[in-house]
Amino acid sequence: MSSTTMVLNQAQIQRSPRHTATIYLKEAKYEFLKNLRLRMYTASVLSFPIMFYVLFGLVLNAKEAINGTHVPTYLIATYGTFGVMGASLFGTAAGLASDRGLGWLQVKRASPMPPFAYFAAKVITSMIFSAVIVVALFTLGIALGGVRMPAVEFATLLGTLVAGSLPFSAMGLALGYFTGPNSAPATINLIYLPMSFCSGLWVPFMFLPKVVRQIALVLPPYHLSQLALGIVGAGRHESASTHWEVLLAFTMICLGVARIGFQRDQGKMYG
Amino acid sequence: MIATIEQPQQANSAGSGLIVASLEGVNKNYGSVRALRAVNFRVRAGEVVALLGPNGAGKTTAVKLLLGLMQPNAGRVQIFGADPTNPENRMRTGAMLQVGRVPETLRVREHIDLFSSYYKKPMSCAEILFTAGLEKLRDRKFGDLSGGQKQRVLFALAICGDPDLLFLDEPTVGLDVEARRMLWDEIRKMVERGKTVLLTTHYLQEADALADRVAVINQGEIIAEGTPSEIKAKTAGKRIRCITSLSLNTLRQISGVSEIKEDREAIELHVGEAEPVVRELLARDAKLSGLEITSAGLEEAFLALTQDTASGANHSN
Repeated sequence: MSSTTMVLNQAQIQRSPRHTATIYLKEAKYEFLKNLRLRMYTASVLSFPIMFYVLFGLVLNAKEAINGTHVPTYLIATYGTFGVMGASLFGTAAGLASDRGLGWLQVKRASPMPPFAYFAAKVITSMIFSAVIVVALFTLGIALGGVRMPAVEFATLLGTLVAGSLPFSAMGLALGYFTGPNSAPATINLIYLPMSFCSGLWVPFMFLPKVVRQIALVLPPYHLSQLALGIVGAGRHESASTHWEVLLAFTMICLGVARIGFQRDQGKMYG
Repeated sequence: MIATIEQPQQANSAGSGLIVASLEGVNKNYGSVRALRAVNFRVRAGEVVALLGPNGAGKTTAVKLLLGLMQPNAGRVQIFGADPTNPENRMRTGAMLQVGRVPETLRVREHIDLFSSYYKKPMSCAEILFTAGLEKLRDRKFGDLSGGQKQRVLFALAICGDPDLLFLDEPTVGLDVEARRMLWDEIRKMVERGKTVLLTTHYLQEADALADRVAVINQGEIIAEGTPSEIKAKTAGKRIRCITSLSLNTLRQISGVSEIKEDREAIELHVGEAEPVVRELLARDAKLSGLEITSAGLEEAFLALTQDTASGANHSN
């Protein structure tokens, strides 16, 4: 019996692929519903980028151009990045820190839930909210700011920004493992807001002080926003593959940190 | 019951069944705090066992070890004859743990739908709602529920996989009497379905109401084990209160008196049997007045039992 036991210890629960898919789907569906109904999440994550866009892109500077790019179009790329970053960081870090710190994750771990489903649900939900923000900015831009863009360009921009949710979700998972349930939102803001500013998401990059522009080069939102700006023809003409590589490396580092946190938690529980 | 390859077994009648959960010589430390010390504890198929003890006694630690959420520093923990971290075991167990915050924006039926999806043969949603007494609350958001209702939802999540073995960690802590009794009824419904239940509580009354067997735990050690009536017998007794001119020394000499307390103008005696002591008191002090005899409260008696073994101050509620 003991040898069978040893084998089973390492094994995953045998489920049909259909059953596994159902679990992942439900986990993601309820994670999405949970956040959608959480006013604190939707209010801060959805309304800030949209409000900024309306104010600075549609009300104040709608007729202006930045380096030859129509402001309402330019700002879809930058506030889009800002929104994606917020949705992803808050969507993963805040929930994970609270679930870990207040015992809910233990209830889930005591059940036969596949652990990966829990993380996947958070990442998928962040991507959905990211897409909602970008589409909302677009809709406003087209309706009120005279934004015009070929469908392919729009699809590329949307796809890029939504894919850009991944590095920040990874960062959120890492943060969620190293912050407490009460300190998580403040910690996120402490990273999110300065990073956004330094990456040129609020003030266009070329208007930033030189020191800040230097710092920006190592910040992931800078690279995502440059990819997005490149699509609307307003980038700094750096190589897109470099931007992707930086984002990929950043994602891997964050996942590595999250993994240390995950194992530390297991260690506390399994050690 | 979900059959497993390694150990096909059937639920037996209380006490005689196979061992489904065990701690053998288990030590668990949190830093320098020794949460469990050389604990031996077994749960057999079909029985309802209560782990009774004050806060901080090690009850929750024992449950978390049995759920594979922690590893012991020494000793062996087994569930269904295998390691508790065995994922297949989690198909056959359900757990109601103490949780600080449950996602509040999801509805009762949504929580149940999600947890049910984890299991291969879950109970139907209607059955879960009925068993947990949540039929009328199915569309409510978790955050809008009362304390007792929230506990019933956590209970529902514990039973939705129709588990063979159910862990209930302090299921009624913080609930008022009515809510507690309601949850007891829900727990009894699961017991009637032949489930094995391990329940932790710091209410002797709760252990008495639900369990076939009680293990009393204090400061990480199991200090008494038996049926609820055996435990009560160990802790039972009467309290005699009266106003008397007899000195404390004289009172101490009366056989059967275990404890003497002065309470304002009166004295209070803890005794095994009241009648012989009262006879003696009246014989020695004809002017004795204000005589009252009461049963020692269960909670109080339990406290006495745990304090017997307490070397340091360990106050609990």
